[in-house]
Amino acid sequence: MGGKSEPAKSESMATTTTSPDLINSSFFSFKSLKLKTKQQELLLRIAILGLVYILAFIARLFSVLRYESMIHEFDPYFNYRTTLFLTEKGFYEFWNWFDSESWYPLGRIIGGTLYPGLMVTAALIYWALRFLRFFVHIREVCVLTAPFFASNTTLVAYFFGKEIWDTGAGLVAAVLIAICPGYISRSVAGSYDNEAVAIFALLLTFYLFVKAVNTGSLAWALGSAFGYFYMVSAWGGYVFIINLVPLYVLVLLITGRYSMRLYIAYNCMYILGMLLAMQIRFVGFQHVQSGEHMGAMGVFLLMQVFYFLDWVKYQLNDTKLFQTFLRITVTSAILVGGIALGVGTASGYISPWTGRFYSLLDPTYAKDHIPIIASVSEHQPTAWSSFMFDYHILLFLFPAGLYFCFKRLSDATIFIVMYGLTSLYFAGVMVRLILVATPAVCLISAIAVSATVKNLTSLLRTKQKVSQTGSTKGAGSSKASSKVTLDQSQPFQKNGAIALLVGVFYLLSRYAIHCTWVTSEAYSSPSIVLAARGAHGNRILFDDYREAYYWLRQNTPTDAKIMSWWDYGYQITAMGNRTVIVDNNTWNNTHIATVGRAMSSNEDEAYEIMRSLDVNYVLVVFGGVTGYSSDDINKFLWMVRIGGGVFPVIKEPDYLVNGEFRVDKGASPKMLNCLMYKLCYYRFGELTTEYGKPPGYDRARGGEIGNKDIKLEHLEEAYTTSNWIVRIYRVKPPTNRL
Amino acid sequence: MVKSTTKDAQDLFHSLRSTYVATPTNLKIIDLYVCFAVFTALIQVAYMALVGSFPFNSFLSGVLSCIGTAVLAVCLRIQVNKENKEFKDLAPERAFADFVLCNLVLHLVIINFLG
Repeated sequence: MGGKSEPAKSESMATTTTSPDLINSSFFSFKSLKLKTKQQELLLRIAILGLVYILAFIARLFSVLRYESMIHEFDPYFNYRTTLFLTEKGFYEFWNWFDSESWYPLGRIIGGTLYPGLMVTAALIYWALRFLRFFVHIREVCVLTAPFFASNTTLVAYFFGKEIWDTGAGLVAAVLIAICPGYISRSVAGSYDNEAVAIFALLLTFYLFVKAVNTGSLAWALGSAFGYFYMVSAWGGYVFIINLVPLYVLVLLITGRYSMRLYIAYNCMYILGMLLAMQIRFVGFQHVQSGEHMGAMGVFLLMQVFYFLDWVKYQLNDTKLFQTFLRITVTSAILVGGIALGVGTASGYISPWTGRFYSLLDPTYAKDHIPIIASVSEHQPTAWSSFMFDYHILLFLFPAGLYFCFKRLSDATIFIVMYGLTSLYFAGVMVRLILVATPAVCLISAIAVSATVKNLTSLLRTKQKVSQTGSTKGAGSSKASSKVTLDQSQPFQKNGAIALLVGVFYLLSRYAIHCTWVTSEAYSSPSIVLAARGAHGNRILFDDYREAYYWLRQNTPTDAKIMSWWDYGYQITAMGNRTVIVDNNTWNNTHIATVGRAMSSNEDEAYEIMRSLDVNYVLVVFGGVTGYSSDDINKFLWMVRIGGGVFPVIKEPDYLVNGEFRVDKGASPKMLNCLMYKLCYYRFGELTTEYGKPPGYDRARGGEIGNKDIKLEHLEEAYTTSNWIVRIYRVKPPTNRL
Repeated sequence: MVKSTTKDAQDLFHSLRSTYVATPTNLKIIDLYVCFAVFTALIQVAYMALVGSFPFNSFLSGVLSCIGTAVLAVCLRIQVNKENKEFKDLAPERAFADFVLCNLVLHLVIINFLG
């Protein structure tokens, strides 16, 4: 603790000229005080970490308390279904699973196209609990996996902060990351998604790697290779690690910080990490064939060159000879590397950057070329309000922390600065990546907070001690005398320090209040159960989705095939237990475009397409009665765009009127007759939705619909949920031909 | 110009050779092991160039096991070398134990990957 050692130093300096009795007594009391202080300090740290652990867990439990313990959103349902399969059938069946219940008639090789880390983790926790005779349901384990790993992340953040700066920064980092909304948004209880485990793995890998670079130990590098393996098994965002670490090594090499420790850490992590990563079938040989991973290989070869040059330089001890050798080797190495890269890329052996990651470097790429990536709301560029919402005070503590890091540059602080800057750039390109930037922002802000508080408190303490002993000493050292003069010229410095400390305390308490409010209001909704306020302020729940899926489960034949837009695919297979045509995996764009074409065509053409796909039921989501705005009519233009991307017969301007999307009387005729319109608004024209408005008033679009008298020829209504949110139609078999 | 570069190369070669003879024996053994591993990797690559790279996972696991063990041996050499001031308080037994552990993990993964 810096604050404690400084008064000890000034005290010992001030008491050098006083009598030996004073030294002995003060020294003795200080010595016994120091022992107790260390133990007190340890107790304080453990208590703080324990409380932070519990806080991180319980802050994420809002939706469990308000609704029930259920899985949220869309993707987690797929993860839940696969985890269920894993616990029932075992690992071998899971690893080799071919699912014929999705993407009818193609099926999906699930074993080879998922990241198994999350499912295996939840299954292991489940089996461990069962071993201890706690017979919980797998769903409970799945729901609470994310908060559990968020708590573990706070511990890793503490150790990481300790590694970069000191224990104070570690503690502050743990507290900040426990409640930061950027992290909470994807790790609430019920959000059983890859990121729940991946952020823990990311931070663990970075911590172990920085530890390996600091200590130069092979064991820590092995640990970071295992951390990387866990990250690869958990999330596709591992590409960030395999590019950031080589970039960091490159920066260290350029700034002249090459050392043996760096060599050991990077090489061990790269080779072992790459080998371990290739065991995941979904990743396969990408580490040696994909353009996204070539940076790591290039830096690996560069490290070998550096080591070789270093060794030769050491052997030669003669600068002139070494210069010539250097020139020859470096030019030949660059030449060979350039030729290899050129040949590989030109021949197509090294695949270029895939669309998902290329759109991070060129944000306009997806909108023009890949409408499916552009249509996901999480992939949109981030607005400033999102940054403020998710980070609050961390947003201006981040530059302050950067300043402190640059003041005390070391291998570790360079790493955290690079992690912070690169992740913030990507967070600005895509909203979803605010999550990846959150640990860096929390750590750097923690450095700022910890350093400031430490400086202020040491200012307070030193002033007190020196002012007490200033009168007792005679000549004294120049340092003590300068402190005394400082004290006399600015007597309000102590008051200023107290005021600043109160200010810091106020800021941090506002941060805590903001985080709790954001978690409660914005990030705790399960998305599958909607809530609204009634006329008397009471809460009304719309459980239409689950109502529809259970209807499907109980009232349709087991081999029925359901056609819906791809958003609902996972939920239908998980809860309805029926085969779907397309789901959220979106691996086959043509198949999705076929469904989009069916939804955008008129009923006869759509019937042809549905017959070719063996569709038995069609499911649409409609928000006109409740005012729910994420329904299929609002998503309809994306269906047109994606369908039109593959089938040029679907043209987007046909559905717009003067570039405007309308559903009332002035809508385009193609819009008024398409399948989606008919299915959503069937019988809606007779319904009065709002007092004082005509029947057929669409509350989500805010207008009266155009075509109220809808007749369906090839489909019939099978089920509409109580609030008209989900509507299911049966496809009639063809009429008998004579 | 050519004559001076060849003379430089010869000088280089001679001075390298003379200083290398002076290195301790345990480091020379590690260097020999590294050369053997790299040589084995080169043989495998040459064989792959002859018969084609199917199955690719076997080829990768063979080459990477050689490169991996070579790299780990170089790390061991760094940690054991008494002239490296950064590692003077690391016991050579600990360095060797780390080396063995990493090689164990490497070869277990290779066996899984070999197919």
